[in-house]
Amino acid sequence: MKSDTIAAVATGMTGAGIGVVRISGEEAIEIAEQIFHPAKEGKKLTEQKTYTMHYGTIVDGEEILDEVILLLMKAPHSYTAEDTVEIDCHGGSYVMKRILELVIRTGARAAEPGEFTRRAFLNGRIDLSQAEAVMDIIQAKNEHALRSSVRQLKGSVLRLIQKLREQILYEIAFIESALDDPEHVSLEGYPGRLGEKVDNLLKETGVLLIRAEQGRILKEGIRTVIIGKPNAGKSSLLNVLTGEARAIVTEIPGTTRDVLEEQVRIGGLILDVVDTAGIRRTEDLVEKIGVDRAKESLKDADLVLYVVDSSTPLDENDREIMELLKDQRVIVLLNKTDLPMETAPEMVEEILAVPTVAFSAKEETGLDVLEELLEEMFLDGKAVFDDEACLTSVRHRAAMEEAEESLKKVAESIALGMPEDFYFIDLTDAYEALGRILGESMGEDLVNEIFGKFCMGK
Amino acid sequence: MPFVEEYVDVAVVGAGHAGCEAALACARLGLETVVFTVSVDSIALMPCNPNIGGSSKGHLVRELDALGGEMGRVIDRTFIQSKMLNVSKGPAVHSLRAQADKAEYSRAMRMVLEETDRLQIVQGEVTEILTEDGKAAGVRLYSGAVYHARAVILCTGTYLKARCIYGDVSSYTGPNGLQAANHLTDSLKALGIEMYRFKTGTPARIDGRTIDYSRMEEQKGDERIVPFSFTTDPETVQIPQVSCWLTYTSEATHEIIRSSLDRSPLYSGAIEGTGPRYCPSIEDKVVRFADKERHQVFIEPEGRYTSEMYVGGMSSSLPEDVQHAMYHSVPGLEHAKIVRNAYAIEYDCINPQQLAPTLEFKKIKGLFSGGQFNGSSGYEEAACQGLVAGINAAMELLGREQIIIDRSQAYIGVLIDDLVTKENHEPYRMMTSRSEYRLLLRQDNADQRLTPLGYEVGLISKERYEKLLWKKEQIRQEKERLEKIMTGANAITQAFLERYKSTGLKTAASLAEILRRPEMKYEYLKEIDARMPDLPAEVTEQVEIDIKYDGYIRRQLKQVEQFRRMEQKKIPEDLDYDEIPSLRLEAVQKLKLCKPVSIGQASRISGVSPADISVLLIWLEQKKNKSGESLWKKN
Repeated sequence: MKSDTIAAVATGMTGAGIGVVRISGEEAIEIAEQIFHPAKEGKKLTEQKTYTMHYGTIVDGEEILDEVILLLMKAPHSYTAEDTVEIDCHGGSYVMKRILELVIRTGARAAEPGEFTRRAFLNGRIDLSQAEAVMDIIQAKNEHALRSSVRQLKGSVLRLIQKLREQILYEIAFIESALDDPEHVSLEGYPGRLGEKVDNLLKETGVLLIRAEQGRILKEGIRTVIIGKPNAGKSSLLNVLTGEARAIVTEIPGTTRDVLEEQVRIGGLILDVVDTAGIRRTEDLVEKIGVDRAKESLKDADLVLYVVDSSTPLDENDREIMELLKDQRVIVLLNKTDLPMETAPEMVEEILAVPTVAFSAKEETGLDVLEELLEEMFLDGKAVFDDEACLTSVRHRAAMEEAEESLKKVAESIALGMPEDFYFIDLTDAYEALGRILGESMGEDLVNEIFGKFCMGK
Repeated sequence: MPFVEEYVDVAVVGAGHAGCEAALACARLGLETVVFTVSVDSIALMPCNPNIGGSSKGHLVRELDALGGEMGRVIDRTFIQSKMLNVSKGPAVHSLRAQADKAEYSRAMRMVLEETDRLQIVQGEVTEILTEDGKAAGVRLYSGAVYHARAVILCTGTYLKARCIYGDVSSYTGPNGLQAANHLTDSLKALGIEMYRFKTGTPARIDGRTIDYSRMEEQKGDERIVPFSFTTDPETVQIPQVSCWLTYTSEATHEIIRSSLDRSPLYSGAIEGTGPRYCPSIEDKVVRFADKERHQVFIEPEGRYTSEMYVGGMSSSLPEDVQHAMYHSVPGLEHAKIVRNAYAIEYDCINPQQLAPTLEFKKIKGLFSGGQFNGSSGYEEAACQGLVAGINAAMELLGREQIIIDRSQAYIGVLIDDLVTKENHEPYRMMTSRSEYRLLLRQDNADQRLTPLGYEVGLISKERYEKLLWKKEQIRQEKERLEKIMTGANAITQAFLERYKSTGLKTAASLAEILRRPEMKYEYLKEIDARMPDLPAEVTEQVEIDIKYDGYIRRQLKQVEQFRRMEQKKIPEDLDYDEIPSLRLEAVQKLKLCKPVSIGQASRISGVSPADISVLLIWLEQKKNKSGESLWKKN
């Protein structure tokens, strides 16, 4: 169900570290309430006054996404004259995107180009001079936004979406022609046939969504978590990768308490690296927060680099870590190979069947092997990462997910044995959602298709 | 030269399905009304198919009836077979269709007209619309007679400059060889009205005695007949029915058609009018769907007291000799004698974008129109427009507010909005796919949707309105009761569920929850619901639908809410679109022509983009700021 609350990154996805995610609509404050943890315990956003600022964190489940300042504006005292929440984020474009995704998951929908402005006009918030100024540019702006977002879709993916839409439209038109002219067009046995077609369509949307994910990896980097026992050399690894001494490296276990984020380029790939405090049982509360975060960040990781100190034998801590890593994509880095080896690759592989790389952060050896391994793992030697075959914008992805959701509902209705005319509702939603990616709406498509493809009438 | 001169309130031009409804509505609302027809014997004529209703058209008739129109009541008295279509599908697409006794239908409708006070029937051809100060003021007849009227309703159907064609035979007549109206178009053009030329067609009629029915499949009516009108007692319509028959074209038929295409006026260019895609001639079907081996042909009786049969599915404008060969190639029609040839008909109609959603001409106050004249097709579409035009003409003369039925209220609303908003290049037929909110616009709840409006207008009696209120109250109470009554996972309930192949309960559930299961029906529930009240079928049907499809219905209601918001943003009538900078030229032209009443309507005009809508909104906002008053309600 489309909600009437919209959200978008209001500052544009530039390289700037600070940006604003804006939510506007009836449920804006409720949505923010669900994902915002105020620094002051027990503060309720819904009870706050308009034009107030609130400090806290944005959390996705247990994971903290960013430290933010939240600006609350109640209707009609906002740009759109609706309840509006603006989230000032600091975490860079990647974090902003994740926050936006979270907001959409929580119940908003991705705003169409120019939609905030449109709502502002609709609700009478624009004064005379503003109106005159915006009027001259809005047309160009809307068309440009649409053109540029359509331009992002090139070649194969554009054709794929068009093909999906054509197939869906054909089915809608078939059902409709049968409803309009039941004596000429029969639906005998149709639900079964449609069921198969919907399964195929779902496979295609599935592929597109996976590609979208691959597109994200290519564009934003592989979400990488470095993990290992305290003092195994995680921060040294990060420093080698970035070529800078960013993380504080000491001999004292537990020095890295904050989760550091860094973008590193290795060969053709970007790693979005999170360094975590070493995982080990700890009584130290401050450190414990770091450990929990590390566990949390594993959830979203595309890749885990597990650093093992090869100069010491594997112990209980290592086994516990390896237990955590069971369902992850992992590369084990056997660090400190400049020292006598106590832990051999086989000993690790016995517990965790993943590739290992002999490595020395100190002497900077083993990096070339790591690079090869990564390219094999993520590029697969093939052009799956062809930029053209990806849906990169959040709006496109959200629309694709919506289309997938609607197709699933069609499958559900078929399984439930609902009458055929009910398929129309969700097929149409799927068609419209895909149309939003291309900037097209149903209009007269359906009637033309019915007349063009099916023979009806007297 | 002396001439007859009379004074009336409303003049209705044409007494087809639109004209009859328009005239009845005006007279019933207390206005002196005259209706003109080229022949009194052709009142409420059905010159094409012998049925009323059908998919989505059945909805229109029910809605018309709920508003206080006549068609439903007349067909209930004159039908000879009835069928509810799409019963295996959801309740939203169930649709009633009745075969009519054509002659009886015309006669019965004419009698209703004749028995209505303040309604006068005049045979004569209207040749001129009279205006005063840009307002409709009456009509002039071919005889020279003048009828002064405060409102004029044009329902000329397919009669304006009509021409009937088959092969190279063409005659300037209306349908069925009736006299065409050849003068009015010029008067309309002189008033600045833009005209279109459309085309439609009808198949041959065959002598039933010469048909071999043993080669066809019999098509019977329903065992239990549902009436069209909410006022008809269902017991009175359980009558003996006549059958229709199904046969198919053959490869030989298609060969005959293909080899004669060069003699078809459609392909030779002798016909200029635009024909409907949904109602293609048989030659059109053979050309466009070349891979289809055969097409269905329905043989339908024209009445109880005639042997003429209608050949549904084979309309044509091929030459007479080709028609004979073609019909004879159809199994069962080998020796058929043709009574009337198939023909195509061309006629003048208007571009309906010149009309407001009230069906009044935007340029000429007091001038209304309905039916095929507005570019639609079909008896039902015509009747609905006639009724709305009639109501609004009356409202105007009575100094009351005109009615606009919107897309979320009725198929009638969809029909009129499509006509006055969208570009229309062929006769417009109603289809279920044209309605966005069809789960709400069911034929079974037309009374709940429209009878209150009919009552407000004055076409529905107080008694009928109060009956509706009582029905709604019973529905509400029973729904509430089913939601409240819980049943546990006890042995009786489990056995009941098993009987109807439904999975057992794990915890207690309300009767409504059980009813929501696809395999369940309201009537089954009485087996576990000892206190189920004895309610009429029309009530339990609504209870069942409302509960079963609750989720879908709520989704549609939410969509309707968003739709209404845009409809409520009104555009002033005198808005000068040329004044608005950065509105694209195409949009300016389209908006100027259509003059939408609301932002919602503007957004549905083909060729007006979302960006144009934004520009329009800002402009209106700016004007509002200048004038200091709001054009729309703030949320």
